[in-house]
Amino acid sequence: MTQNNKYELLAKIWSEFSENKIAVVALVCFSIILFVAVFASVISPTDPYDLATVTIMNSRLPPLEEDFSGNVYWLGTDGAGRDMLSAIFYGLRISLSVGVLSGIFALIVGAFFGISAAYFGGRYETLIMRIVDIQLSFPSILVALIILAAFGKGVEKTIFALVLVQWAYYARTARASALVESRKEYVDAARCLSLGNLRIMLNHILPNCIPPLIVVGTLQTAHAISLEATLSFLGLGLPQTEPSLGLLIGNGFEYVHTGDYWISIFPGIALLITIVSINLVGDQLRDMFNPRLKR
Amino acid sequence: MTVYILQRTLQSFVVLFVMSLIVFCGVNLIGDPIYMMISPESEPAEIERVIKEFGFDRPVLEQYWFFLKNVASGDFGRSFVQGIPALPLILERFPATIELAVFSLFISLVIALPLGVYAGLYPERKSSKIIMSGSILGFSMPTFWVGIMLIMLFAVKLDWLPSTGRGELGTFLGIESSLFTLNGLSHIFLPALNLALFKLSSVLRLTRAGTREVILQDYIKFARAKGLSHSRVINVHLLKNILIPVVTVIGLEFGSLVAFSTVTETVFAWPGAGKLIIDSVYNLDRPVIVAYLIIIVAFFVFLNLIVDILYSFLDPRVRIKGSSE
Repeated sequence: MTQNNKYELLAKIWSEFSENKIAVVALVCFSIILFVAVFASVISPTDPYDLATVTIMNSRLPPLEEDFSGNVYWLGTDGAGRDMLSAIFYGLRISLSVGVLSGIFALIVGAFFGISAAYFGGRYETLIMRIVDIQLSFPSILVALIILAAFGKGVEKTIFALVLVQWAYYARTARASALVESRKEYVDAARCLSLGNLRIMLNHILPNCIPPLIVVGTLQTAHAISLEATLSFLGLGLPQTEPSLGLLIGNGFEYVHTGDYWISIFPGIALLITIVSINLVGDQLRDMFNPRLKR
Repeated sequence: MTVYILQRTLQSFVVLFVMSLIVFCGVNLIGDPIYMMISPESEPAEIERVIKEFGFDRPVLEQYWFFLKNVASGDFGRSFVQGIPALPLILERFPATIELAVFSLFISLVIALPLGVYAGLYPERKSSKIIMSGSILGFSMPTFWVGIMLIMLFAVKLDWLPSTGRGELGTFLGIESSLFTLNGLSHIFLPALNLALFKLSSVLRLTRAGTREVILQDYIKFARAKGLSHSRVINVHLLKNILIPVVTVIGLEFGSLVAFSTVTETVFAWPGAGKLIIDSVYNLDRPVIVAYLIIIVAFFVFLNLIVDILYSFLDPRVRIKGSSE
C-alpha cells in the first residue's frame, strides 16, 4: 500500500465516522479526557498528593471556595483538604491506564487463543471455545469478585482480574473472523510457501481480523474502566495509594450523609463522561464495520 | 440426549472443582489467619496449639483435602469473626438478596416495558429518540455511583426515603420479607430502583426491537382489520408476543442481577449475602469468603446447567452441535 493510498483510506474512514455528529462530539470529549489524563501533572492546579501543600485546614471546602491564601478550589476539596479538580485529573490518569492496559493484555491473550483456535481447529478449538463459553456464562462482576476476594487487592491483581473478565470476548471475536479468513486463498498460498504457523497467524490472518477487534476493544475498555471503578469503590480493586476515580467516589461516599455532595459527584461525572464517550465512539465504529448496515 | 446431559453435568462438576481449588488456594495465600483468632501477644505455645488445631502448618493441598471432606458433610468451617458456622451464616443472608433482586426485576419491567413499546411503535418521534439515548446513558452509568446519587437526592436532600437497612419485616404465607410492611417497602425502594437501572436498558432495547418486529406481522394487521381498538391490539396481541423473548432473557439474567446486587447492597447497607462477602473480605474472614464464593459459583454452575438442559429439550440443534459457534 502506498503512502497516498493510506491517506485516502484514512480520509474515507473519517468521512464515514463523521456522519454521526454525536460520535464526533464523543470523540472530541474523549480526546480532551485523554489529554487531561496524560498531562495531569502539568495542568492540575495543585499536586493533590504533595503532603507539603495539602493541609487538613482546607478540608471539605465547597466548590469555588477560597482558602486563606486566596487559592480558588473550582470543585471544592475532599476530606483531607485535597483539591478535587486535581484529584480528578490524577484519578482519570489511573483509571484510564488500568482500563487501557487491561484491554491491551486481554486483546493479546484473546486474539492469540481465538486465532489459534480457528487456525488449528479440532480438539484444541473445542477446548478453548468451551472455556470461553463457560467463562461468559458468569457475570463479569462475579469473575472479578472471585479473583479479588480470593487473592486480595492490588494493581496487578486488578489488571489480572480485568484481563480474565475480558479475554473471552476478544477470543470469540478473533475466532469468528479468523475462521472466515483462514479459508481464503491467501492463507493457502502462505501455507504452500511453507511459512511457519506462527508467521501465518501473525502476519497474514491477524491484520485482517483487526477491525472487529477494535470495535470490541473500545466497548470492552469502557466496560473495564467502569468495572475497575466499581471494584475499587467496593474496596477490592486498587489500593488507596492509586486513587482512581472509583476510589475518589468511595472516599466521597463517607460524606454523603453530611451533604458534602461535591466529593462524590464530580469524580462520578468525570467517570460517566469517560464511559459514555468511549461507548458512543465504539457504537459508531461498530456500525461502520457492520456490513449489514452498509449502504 | 442422556449423553449430552451427562457431559454437561460432568463439566459442571469439573468447573466447580477447579473454582473451589483456585479460591481455596488463593484465600490461603493471603493474610495470616492465626492473628485473626488470637492476639499476637499470646504465648508462643498457645499460637503453636492453634496452628496445630486448625492445620495451618500442613501443605495447602492437604488442607484443601480436609476442607473438601468437611464440605461433603456440609461443614464449611466457622467464621473467624462471628464464631458461628459459615454455611448457615451465608444462607440466612440469601433471602434478603433474592428479595432485592426480584423486586428490582419488577421495577425494571414496570418502567421498561411501556417505554420500550412506545419507542418501538413510534420510532421516529423525538420522545422515542430521547428514550433510546437515555438507555445508552443508563447502560453506561456505574451502578454504585447512581446509588450514591439516589441516596443524596431522596434520602439526604429531600428526606423522603431511608437509605440504609432493610426496615421492618412482615410475614405472609410463611415468607418473611420487607415487601409486606410499609416501612420495609420504603427501605427496599431505593436499592431496588438502583439495581433495576442495571437491567432497565437491556429490557427496554429488547422490548423496542420486539415491538418493531411484531407490529409488521399479519396477525396484527388482521386484528386491526377486525376493528379491534388500538389499546386492545397493543395490550393483548402485541404484548403477548413480545413477552416471550423478554421473559427468556430476564430468566437467564436473573443470576447476574444477584451478582450485581453485591454493589447495591454495599451502597445501601442492605443486609444481604453480597454485603456479607464484602465485609468478610475487609475482615479477612477466610472461611466465610471461601464458603460464599463456592456457594455462589455452585449456584451459577447449576443455573447454567439447568438452562443448557432446558434449551437442549427445546432446540435439538444445541445438543447435536455441542459447542457453540
